[in-house]
Amino acid sequence: METILKITNLNKIFNRKLHAVKNVSFEIKKGNVYGILGPNGSGKSTTLGIVLNVVNKTSGDFEWFGGKSNTHDALKKVGAIIERPNFYPYMTAKENLELVCKIKGTSLSKVDEKLELVGLLERKNDKFRTYSLGMKQRLAIASALLNDPEILILDEPTNGLDPQGIRQIRDIIRIIASQGTTILLASHLLDEVEKVCSHVVVLRKGEMLYQGSVHDMIENNSFFELKSDDKEQLKLALQNHPSVEKIEEEEGKILVYLNQDIAAKDLNSYLFEQKIVLEHLVKRKNSLEEQFLELTKN
Amino acid sequence: MKRLLSIEFQKIWKNKASRVLLLAYFVLLSFIALIASIKFSIGTFEIRIADQGIFNFPYIWHFNSYIASLFKIFLAIVIVSMMANEYTYGTLKQNLIDGLSKKEFILSKFLVVGTFAVASTLFVFVMSLILGYSFSSYNEMGIVFSDLEYLLAFFVKLTAFFSFCLFLGILVKRSAFALGFLFIWFIGENIFYWLVKFVILGGNDKTKNFGDTIIQFFPMEAMSNLIKEPFTRLSAIKTIETTIGGAKAAKDYSVHFSEVSIVLVWTFIFILTSYYILKKRDL
Repeated sequence: METILKITNLNKIFNRKLHAVKNVSFEIKKGNVYGILGPNGSGKSTTLGIVLNVVNKTSGDFEWFGGKSNTHDALKKVGAIIERPNFYPYMTAKENLELVCKIKGTSLSKVDEKLELVGLLERKNDKFRTYSLGMKQRLAIASALLNDPEILILDEPTNGLDPQGIRQIRDIIRIIASQGTTILLASHLLDEVEKVCSHVVVLRKGEMLYQGSVHDMIENNSFFELKSDDKEQLKLALQNHPSVEKIEEEEGKILVYLNQDIAAKDLNSYLFEQKIVLEHLVKRKNSLEEQFLELTKN
Repeated sequence: MKRLLSIEFQKIWKNKASRVLLLAYFVLLSFIALIASIKFSIGTFEIRIADQGIFNFPYIWHFNSYIASLFKIFLAIVIVSMMANEYTYGTLKQNLIDGLSKKEFILSKFLVVGTFAVASTLFVFVMSLILGYSFSSYNEMGIVFSDLEYLLAFFVKLTAFFSFCLFLGILVKRSAFALGFLFIWFIGENIFYWLVKFVILGGNDKTKNFGDTIIQFFPMEAMSNLIKEPFTRLSAIKTIETTIGGAKAAKDYSVHFSEVSIVLVWTFIFILTSYYILKKRDL
């Protein structure tokens, strides 16, 4: 699979003391939808800022499209919006997009098409400053799509929006993803990432904690919820099982975490052999949210 | 280059304030022609300014380029706000993300500076030509096109001044503060001159000393040195001077190569420093 962006051992130190990005490395492959997760201040925006040529790296390297062209030329094939929509308030939506076309060197014919996609075609001749936040954000997405980019980078695209606005943005992202565009989505809204992304990178305080597919991240951490009359005997039996990592008690239920995956059926028959009859057995997976909180816990 | 200019002029022209300032600048420049119609009378004697020789070739090149350069502050405001706005709107960041390189960004701003300087110079050239042919006592080709170095000096002066404004806009990021800084810089140069010449070296008005030597290398002073004031050169005033004072004051009004090169060096410094700041800064 073609590599779009490759980051190796990237570091950023602000003002010689704030180590915002620590030795981050990951790769973006064509066609996937990536999420960068991390609490506020974890270095998500800084990492994106570096690859987008607006923040200077301290050390390390990054390479667009296999290093065939320099960064600003590569960026003409990238669509990106960072934090808040930045446009000239005194120009209309159409004029703003035409300006972006001139910068990217694409034809002006895409303007109407993209405005249509984000539902702003009727307002195209209104000044940018008259727009609501949701409309500004949608205009930003239209602007990022003008060159039909190979990769779309979105940094907190739903920040500060009302539920309708969030829904609209999410729908637009889904449409774009379904057309096969690679997407890199930085967010701290986990269900957003869980719903849209196939791969995740988790950052905390500038350090990369996890990278891989969303599926693996959730799957690796399945656990059982058990209940029986004789708790003590149950615990004892579980401790002797080779696949059990740790046992916790919560609201009268026994939670069993595993070091390797076993089927519910097998656990049940094992316990039955130990003469324990269960009255409750559920195999559960952590949601991405729980998994993320677990990972980023100090 | 065409692409960069088209980007920049869209940014400027769509902004109402910049558009008004630009138009006001050229309207005011053409008002120089109105000086021709000023008349005043001393007793029964009526004096018409245009007849006093200010529109005579080649003196008109000197006079008009000096007067026109007084209006440069209008374009300076346009340039400073053009740069500072990019910071306040966050569009500098967006432009870079959209694929403009930092070099292209500075280049496009410098192209605007150059275009403004070229347009002003052409405007003054054409206007002076028209005014000169209407009022000048000498219309021979050789005289008409002599002393054109004043126009060159005008062009260099504007380019340097606008580059300085651009640099301040990038350094300070806010238009009002950048213009304030420009004013403070101007006062600062004068205070420095006064301190060195009169306080430290104890000089006086009549003689030159180290203070005069060093001040000519400062950007504002160097720019204003390019075109000396033309008024005392006017024949009418010279006549009055000789009648009253007896002796003619000898003053050099010409444009010197050394002065032009000092200003050009400053222009380079401003543009390169702007680029350096932009390159080093995290946005």
